[in-house]
Formats: sequence, C-alpha cells, structure tokens
Amino acid sequence: MTTRHDPPILSDVVNYQQRLDRTFAALVDPTRRAILAQLERKNSASVGELAEPFAIKLPAVMKHLDVLAEAGLITRTKSGRTVTVRLRHQPIREAMAWLSHYERFWSGGLDRLAASAELKEAESRSKVG
Amino acid sequence: MTSLTLVRRIKARPSIVFDAVTTAEGIARWWGPDAGPVLIAEADPRKGGRYRVRFRMLDGTEHECSGEYLDVVRPERVVMSWRWKGGQEDPNESRVEIALGPVPEGTEITFTHSLLNDDETRRTHEEGWTGSLDKLEARFAGGEAV
Repeated sequence: MTTRHDPPILSDVVNYQQRLDRTFAALVDPTRRAILAQLERKNSASVGELAEPFAIKLPAVMKHLDVLAEAGLITRTKSGRTVTVRLRHQPIREAMAWLSHYERFWSGGLDRLAASAELKEAESRSKVG
Repeated sequence: MTSLTLVRRIKARPSIVFDAVTTAEGIARWWGPDAGPVLIAEADPRKGGRYRVRFRMLDGTEHECSGEYLDVVRPERVVMSWRWKGGQEDPNESRVEIALGPVPEGTEITFTHSLLNDDETRRTHEEGWTGSLDKLEARFAGGEAV
C-alpha cells in the first residue's frame, strides 16, 4: 500500500474561515460522516477496518480519508504496514460554535420580529377597516 | 458553504416584514439574541448602502455589527455583508440573506447566515449537513480524545 504523509495539521496554520469551510465540505458526504461515526465508536481504526462496512473500494475510502485529514478531522499514523486513523474533535467543535452563535442570534430575534410585524399588520388592518 | 438557515412564518404581509427587517425603526424593535435593548440602529437599505446596529444584551455586554447592503429587492429579498466591531464574536466577514415569500397566513421568512466566500461553491455544497451535524455533535459532546 502506498501511503502519503499527512500535511502538518492544517487546522493549526490556515485561517479560521478556511478551517470552517473544510470542515463543512468534509461533512457534506455521507460516507465521510459514517467513517467519522465509526472512529468515534472505536477511537482508532486501521484503514482496512474503516473500509469494511462500505461497498466502495479501498482507494475510494483512501480518498475520503484524504479529505478528512485535510480538514483536520482525522490523523493518520503509520506503524510498519498498518495505518492507524484517529479522530480529531477540534474542527467540529469550531464549526458547531460558529453555527450555534448565529443560531442563538437569529432565533432570539425572530420572536420579537414576528411580534412587531404582526402588531403593524393588525394596526394597518384596523386603519383600513 | 458554511451556513445556517432559519425559516419562520409571520402573520403579516411581506412588505410589513420587509420594513421591520430593513428600516432603522423596525430593526430597533427586535435585533439581537435576547430582550436587551437596541442602542443604535442605522440603515440605508439600497444596494451599496450601509447599516449599523449596536445592542446591549441582558448580561450587560454590548455588541455592534455593521455591513453593506449587497442586494435589496423590496419586499422579497435583502442581502448584506456582516462584520462585528472588534471581531470577538466572529473575526470574519459573513453574509446574511433574508428572503421573504408570501404564504396564506402572511410571510415566510428565511434567514441564511453564511461565511463570505465564493457563491458557486457555497450553492453546490449547501445541502443536508445540518441534521447530521446535530447527531455528530451529540456524539462528540464527550471529552477531547486527541
């Protein structure tokens, strides 16, 4: 098996926005999410173990692992002929923090926006009527 | 491609909701994550115009965001850039698109808050991860393993 070295953990060098984009792009794919879910259960796994549940070929799994590694979601370490894959939690935390920040912001305001617009609507109707 | 979308129905016609979202007077009534007051609301809702909103939260902290109107189509759509003063909340410029559509009971309003980046990329990737993310987050809510 040919192995490639993972780049230095990109999430530590590229900026925050690029990190977020990579995380979300990596998570769009269901196979990649399934790989992450497997890793979450097992903590670490070999590439062969990760590929087992999928109908796709090993090279395809390797490609998915490349994307996950580039997003900083996993690390790969080689020992002899075995590549061990582990999960990194930090990128998902960062993505979730971004989402929850703005979700709180908008959902907090929406009730008041609705109340205010509905009051205006009622006022304008009573003027017409 | 990083984005958050919220949808809500409001019992008021689109033009009324649009004004609540785009005029200084309207913004002052609802902007912000909690019931703390809006301290400054300025808005010039036309393409190239700017807005600025400063609000205080119930915990006493003050926050200010501002940006440019990138597109304004009354009463259907407004797109604006978004930046926090000081940048502590989020150091990057982001983008807010608010779409309004008529529905029998009034207006359906869709807020999409996204990181500013290439629109094409954003559209092609903007699918179905939010629900999965919830699940992932629940799974990853435990301690840092690495």
